[in-house]
Amino acid sequence: MTLKYDPTLKYAETDEWARAEGDIVVVGISDYAQDALSDIVYVELPEVGDEVSAGDAVATVESVKAASDILTPVSGEIVEVNEALDDAPEVINEDPYGAWIFKVKASDLSELDKLMDAAAYEAFNATREH
Amino acid sequence: MKYDDYIYDLSRPGRTGVDLPAPDVPETPIPAEFLRDELPLPELSLPQVARHYLRLSQKNYAVDKGFYPLGSCTMKYNPKVNEWAARLPGFAAIHPLQDPATVQGAMGLMYDLQQMIAEIAGFDAVSLQPAAGAHGEFTGVLIMRAAQLARGETQRHKILVPDSAHGTNPASTAMAGFTAVQIPSDADGNVDIEALKGALDDEVIGIMITNPNTLGLFESHLVEVARLVHEAGGLVYGDGAYLNAIMGIVRPGDLGIDVMHFNLHKTFSTPHGGGGPGSGPVGVTAELAEFLPGPVVALSDEGDEYIWKQPAQSIGRMKSFHGNFGVMVKAYTYIKMHGADGLRQVSEMAVLNANYMQARILQMGDYPIPYGHRHCMHETVAQGKISGADDVHTLDIAKRLIDYDYHPPTIYFPLIVHEALMIEPTETEDKETLDGFLETLDRIADEARTHPDLLHEAPVNAPTRRLDEVRAARNPILVRLPSTTVTS
Amino acid sequence: MRYIPHTEAERRSMMEVIGIQDIDELFADVPADVRYPQLDLPQPMTEMEVMRELDMMAAENANLREFASFLGAGAYNHFVPAIVDTVISRGEFYTAYTPYQPEISQGTLQAAFEYQSMVAALTGMEVVNASHYDGATAVAEAAIMAVNVLRHKRRTIVVSPSLHPQYRQVLRTYTQGMEMKIVGDELDGNDFHALIDLCDKDTALVIVQNPDFLGQLHTPQEMQDLADAVHAKGALLAVATDPIALGLLKPPGDYGADIVTAEGHVLGNSVSFGGPYLGIFAFRKKYVRKSSGRLVGETIDVDGKKGYVLTLSTREQHIRREKATSNICSNQALNALAAAAYLAAMGKHGLRKVAELSWHKAHYAAQQIAQLDGYEVVGDKPFFKEFVVKCPRPVAEINQYLLEEYGIIGGYDLSQEYPGLGDAMLLCVTEMNAREEIDDLVTALGEAAAPMIRLEVTL
Repeated sequence: MTLKYDPTLKYAETDEWARAEGDIVVVGISDYAQDALSDIVYVELPEVGDEVSAGDAVATVESVKAASDILTPVSGEIVEVNEALDDAPEVINEDPYGAWIFKVKASDLSELDKLMDAAAYEAFNATREH
Repeated sequence: MKYDDYIYDLSRPGRTGVDLPAPDVPETPIPAEFLRDELPLPELSLPQVARHYLRLSQKNYAVDKGFYPLGSCTMKYNPKVNEWAARLPGFAAIHPLQDPATVQGAMGLMYDLQQMIAEIAGFDAVSLQPAAGAHGEFTGVLIMRAAQLARGETQRHKILVPDSAHGTNPASTAMAGFTAVQIPSDADGNVDIEALKGALDDEVIGIMITNPNTLGLFESHLVEVARLVHEAGGLVYGDGAYLNAIMGIVRPGDLGIDVMHFNLHKTFSTPHGGGGPGSGPVGVTAELAEFLPGPVVALSDEGDEYIWKQPAQSIGRMKSFHGNFGVMVKAYTYIKMHGADGLRQVSEMAVLNANYMQARILQMGDYPIPYGHRHCMHETVAQGKISGADDVHTLDIAKRLIDYDYHPPTIYFPLIVHEALMIEPTETEDKETLDGFLETLDRIADEARTHPDLLHEAPVNAPTRRLDEVRAARNPILVRLPSTTVTS
Repeated sequence: MRYIPHTEAERRSMMEVIGIQDIDELFADVPADVRYPQLDLPQPMTEMEVMRELDMMAAENANLREFASFLGAGAYNHFVPAIVDTVISRGEFYTAYTPYQPEISQGTLQAAFEYQSMVAALTGMEVVNASHYDGATAVAEAAIMAVNVLRHKRRTIVVSPSLHPQYRQVLRTYTQGMEMKIVGDELDGNDFHALIDLCDKDTALVIVQNPDFLGQLHTPQEMQDLADAVHAKGALLAVATDPIALGLLKPPGDYGADIVTAEGHVLGNSVSFGGPYLGIFAFRKKYVRKSSGRLVGETIDVDGKKGYVLTLSTREQHIRREKATSNICSNQALNALAAAAYLAAMGKHGLRKVAELSWHKAHYAAQQIAQLDGYEVVGDKPFFKEFVVKCPRPVAEINQYLLEEYGIIGGYDLSQEYPGLGDAMLLCVTEMNAREEIDDLVTALGEAAAPMIRLEVTL
């Protein structure tokens, strides 16, 4: 099955996507990630106000058989979480690039430069075991 | 109404079960403020209770019903004399805090069991207190921690764990406050020695190793692994879940293991009970004996009676009282009936059965066995990858086995084997049973190629079809009471 | 031989298929110098012989079917109706494994779900897990859970000194590597105000026991006030309780507990020298994802038929590994089944009667003993099934007299754990103690006090 890649986003090797809106970075997980997890049953969200460093596991996305840590690609403060995921976590399966998980007020936007663009991420995925 | 309906649906107001005598003493008023308003328990008659549970039981598969080749679990026959023994009033109706003088028989049984496990596995001291395998593992890691701290090694905080390890290994590590560092396996399924050397430093508490490992293979370099770890100042923890492969063949203590847990409910035939109770004793070298959880049973100085003894630097108490005594009685009975030769035959036949299955599966050619170039031990790990049937997975094969009246093998473990199908026959299975299962595996492979829907729709012959686990996890219904249903 | 079915011919035929001549070829990977050790074990016995030996070993123990007992302290002699053993002796139940293939494990799963529901009713709590190992480890798991719920930002546990001593020991053993602090039981007595005063911004959980280790009961109002005060400090409240008491008394769910634990063997399991027992563990549904231990949930199959499955497994070790909420891999399934069968057989009426009998008999015993010279019944609160008696001489001497002269197993010697009480014993009276036994106990205690009785304690 063909996986989707949103060309406007940046991607981490750990399958998070990120988008900057001013100094707020919006984070979710890619189509590759939701496909690997299959039916998502629960999302554990961070708390608004949490201070985080790039690479920290700040959220968890769970299916029946697996739990995936979601790492923040940037350091800063959690300013918003997508509470709609409490009642309907499955929207991540349906629309991974629309269903954001959390937003970070970034202390250093240059950390985003470490991420890949859509083409590079797609190439990266080709090398991975499915 | 059906007798296997949900128990509250069988309830009728005012119906009573067991009768109790009227008080034979004057009554003391109970202050009203303490009384509960309602007690929403079911109201059934005893005949209903009997039918309800009998019908429920008939929906279960069990070892007493048929072949149960669950890898890693050692589903051997559960001897009935063990059940008889545990129910003797002199064992079942004694209180753990009774004066030792009144329970010397029970303490003697525990003492003998401590000694016999130590002898079988090659250790110097054993505590029977941990309640289960995972509990024994946690105990073992705490012992390693205590021993290192006692040596003044306060900088050690990492535990090496092979990538093939059972999930309880890293979980126990985390509970003790340590970090699990994964060590890869090599092409022969052994711990990668070079990777191990690279990971050893003075921050390593030790290694948790399973032998035979979860690939069903004997760790050929275990002596070398133990030597390297010891040289680096670390300790070697052995996960004894697979002891059924090596009793009378080799003693883990002789291979360099310092501390090990045992599963009485696997190796020593005590029943699994639908998920418990188990018992997870821990054995240690003489150097670590003082750290065992206590109390353990010891002989008095005069040697004429059994006493409770708290090891000198004990990590503490792991559970209330002495451990799962009712389970110990069953293991004791089993060991007494087998003796040294009997236990060796148990292991030899367990390994023979597994190798027979491995050889036949390889001959059939339907299912790959990644490490089939080696003799396996008590279990073999195949893969549910049938050539010519790419959309059939291990899960489907497992569910189809149910339609043929078998319990499936363990699936998707160990994690390092893709589509794993882990088969442990145990020694108590006869050749006809193994052959029947092998023929069925072959037949299912054919079905996978020609009628894959039979596998995808399976099971069709079980009390239920496939159950919606996604629904159960998204909106869990964990309790159902008459007036409310509690959902999370 | 024993349970091994292979004939010699079958062995040989299997070896041919494998391609070996000798069984030892299968063990070639074992270093030769340690292969085939000579195990020094007793000669094997046949079933007939081992039954004889076990009969003799069992007969060396003074068992509670033959001796009247007033010993409690966390392990109890309660009535077990015969039907319970019938249920747990079904081979389909006791020789089954963990229900990982739910389609062929509906017996185990439905029975476990029913256990969860009945215990939820009993404790007044929203969710119950499929059990921990025992009442002590359940307390330790409660502490770990509270720290998880509060996201590791608070790491102090305040425990009451009247929480069972063994539970407090296990709590400390479990948490020794977890950078958590355990405080509170260095205080005297069971004063809730003192415990509240210890609560600060680092307190995750307050743990009390009701009825407490010494049998004392706090009123539901006192418990509610405690819960409110604990919550006001930002912490959770765990209450360890007695399931038999809950047949009669207000459950912790009604007075603000966040987590409820109990030693559940009192429901349909024999006293069995301390195990296997049953760790009852109940909690508020909003904390379920931080809980440990197995959970059985209701669902439907592809045909829409109701069924049961293990659920929320992502909390557990086989998926989360080092991030699991606990390393626990099993539950006390058969003990929980016994408890469920017990609750089903006793029902709401039977369980209440058991609790009432225990209440009346214990109070009768206390009243009679209070009239004896030299003895004092301690405690200013109402109690359930256990009470403290101050004795005129060491408890060991009194118990020896009781045993030798009357065949009575006396109460628990408190002098080790509660030295402030002096020579005191914890006496337990349940529905299993007939009036004659209680009257004999009183007579025996009276005699044992007399200074003329010289006893040589041979312990």
